[in-house]
Amino acid sequence: MITGRFFAAGADRRIAITIFILLAVAIIVPLLNLAVSPTSAFYVPSYVVALTGKYLCYALLALALDLAWGYCGILSLGHGAFFALGGYAMGMYLMRQIGSRGVYGNPLLPDFMVFLNYRELPWFWYGFDQFWFAAIMVLAVPGLLAFVFGWFAFRSRVTGVYLSIITQAMTYALLLAFFRNDMGFGGNNGLTDFKDILGYNVQADATRSALFAASAVTLALAVFVTWAIVGSKYGKLLMAVRDAESRTRFLGWRAENVKLFAFTVSAVMAGIAGALYVPQVGIINPGEFEPSNSIEVVVWAAVGGRGTVVGPIIGALVVNAGKSWFTGVLPEFWLFALGGLFVAVTLFLPKGIVGMWDSWRGNAKALRAASIAGTDPDVPAPPKIVRSAARTPGDWSASGPEPQPAE
Amino acid sequence: MSKSNTILYLDGVSVSFDGFRAINNLSLVLDKGEMRAIIGPNGAGKTTMMDIVTGKTRPDAGEVYFDGEVDLTKHDEAEIAMMGIGRKFQKPTVFESHTIEENLMLALKGPRSIFPALFHRRSAAEVRQIDDILGITRLGDKRSEIAANLSHGQKQWLEIGMLLAQDPKLLLVDEPVAGMTDAETKETARLLKDIARDHSVIVVEHDMHFVRELGVKVTCLHEGSVLSEGSLDFVSADERVVEVYLGR
Repeated sequence: MITGRFFAAGADRRIAITIFILLAVAIIVPLLNLAVSPTSAFYVPSYVVALTGKYLCYALLALALDLAWGYCGILSLGHGAFFALGGYAMGMYLMRQIGSRGVYGNPLLPDFMVFLNYRELPWFWYGFDQFWFAAIMVLAVPGLLAFVFGWFAFRSRVTGVYLSIITQAMTYALLLAFFRNDMGFGGNNGLTDFKDILGYNVQADATRSALFAASAVTLALAVFVTWAIVGSKYGKLLMAVRDAESRTRFLGWRAENVKLFAFTVSAVMAGIAGALYVPQVGIINPGEFEPSNSIEVVVWAAVGGRGTVVGPIIGALVVNAGKSWFTGVLPEFWLFALGGLFVAVTLFLPKGIVGMWDSWRGNAKALRAASIAGTDPDVPAPPKIVRSAARTPGDWSASGPEPQPAE
Repeated sequence: MSKSNTILYLDGVSVSFDGFRAINNLSLVLDKGEMRAIIGPNGAGKTTMMDIVTGKTRPDAGEVYFDGEVDLTKHDEAEIAMMGIGRKFQKPTVFESHTIEENLMLALKGPRSIFPALFHRRSAAEVRQIDDILGITRLGDKRSEIAANLSHGQKQWLEIGMLLAQDPKLLLVDEPVAGMTDAETKETARLLKDIARDHSVIVVEHDMHFVRELGVKVTCLHEGSVLSEGSLDFVSADERVVEVYLGR
């Protein structure tokens, strides 16, 4: 059944195309970087590989947020915290891989611990010399935090703007905590100066290409998982909770559990994004917990189109490409541009780029249908045809009523 | 009063919000299989009563029993819904971004946990049930429309259809004909009478023609307690009822 939907036309085809593109990019870009001579016109420079790899991680983060916000109406202003926690878990592994090659040459303690007069490794650093352990922590730490946080918040029926505020408070609290040197996570400077990942030099072109490919493949997988979740009966329930929470309760569904599941899955996805991000940028510090980072993620999802699977990815790529260009040309105006973009999208593209595309295509189709059927242009086309562009099964929200940001 | 053979039993129920007594020593008994109409001016406590029965509001005092033995004050909305109490809101509340069929699918009786829903496949039996309900509520030709495109009256019907899909023992129906045309009102009365054949039903309504159409026992609420109870003719002849409706 799933495969049937997967190769079906319409919105599901869009998912298939996205996954195909991501997988193709995962193969082609590393090839163009490694196998093509730097003088060739097709050569992709290493810095571009690293930069786009970073964008793909952001896209994964935006997709994660969209599962919670676009589909379930949980406007989290703290998703950067899950991203950063996943990043720290990966960073701890990378720190332990440095071994005695650090500045102080201590075989066990990372440099910052020697510098801060640690006598021995704190207990929570145990196990991070093993990649499998770090990988589990990448999933478990953000997942567990989201589960506990969501358990209390959703059970107490904290919704709307209040929920947004406490998610923001959560990431801010973590920001302050990780800034402290006593926390044992490198304080202000965070974790950096990485050498190896799985035995390969993180700076090497081949490793960077591999990380890029891993990010693209993971994003493709996340697109598939999100699409499968959203298309299932649970996915419909998720949107039902977004649109009319009390109705679901009176039908016997536990709205708090519905939200908790989506929020936890979303946090785990954000954690994976963070873990892929850190080796590509080479540093993780408490700045990643900044509330403004989390808000930026919301902007990406809104620009691309919340409540769609492809939208947040497009949004993250477009806004970040814009950011890279803009901060090069007019660095001091970037924040104004970002703010202006958000205002403009909210005013003129309430459903984002993808939503606009859908309604534009829907209108075009309706017009065509009207002109084929129509002798009388005043007679509206049959509603089924108008809707067919966007209302194919699986594309639940493309042209549905706008998701409510906060109940 | 004995609780046995009652589907709903409220005795001495009171609840107040910030000092305002919305429900004041309310006692109301509904027999199994009975349909009851509840009338009363605005602020009489009709909706609050439904909130108490469905677990949205906890009473300050009094007993609320379902099916003669279940103390409803100890359960929350989802549990009460699973026991078999379905509720239609005053303002039609359906899942606007879903199709009619999906609305009914989410309402269909069945397991209510996350993982079964995640791996759920539509069975033939479920499709048949949905077809039946679409037939009863006359929404068959709209099954793949999104609910947002329905008219107000059709949304009311869809919500009633969702109640049916839940297959409850007791239906609480809040103002089912608000905003309906006369023809739709008639149809709704027919539908509710149909439903009442094998369910217990409480209907809250202002529309006296509609209540007359139903032809059932009427309870008039006023200031949170029962003012008068009996046939519609009896209740509407009651001096006090006339007084609260027309003002003194």
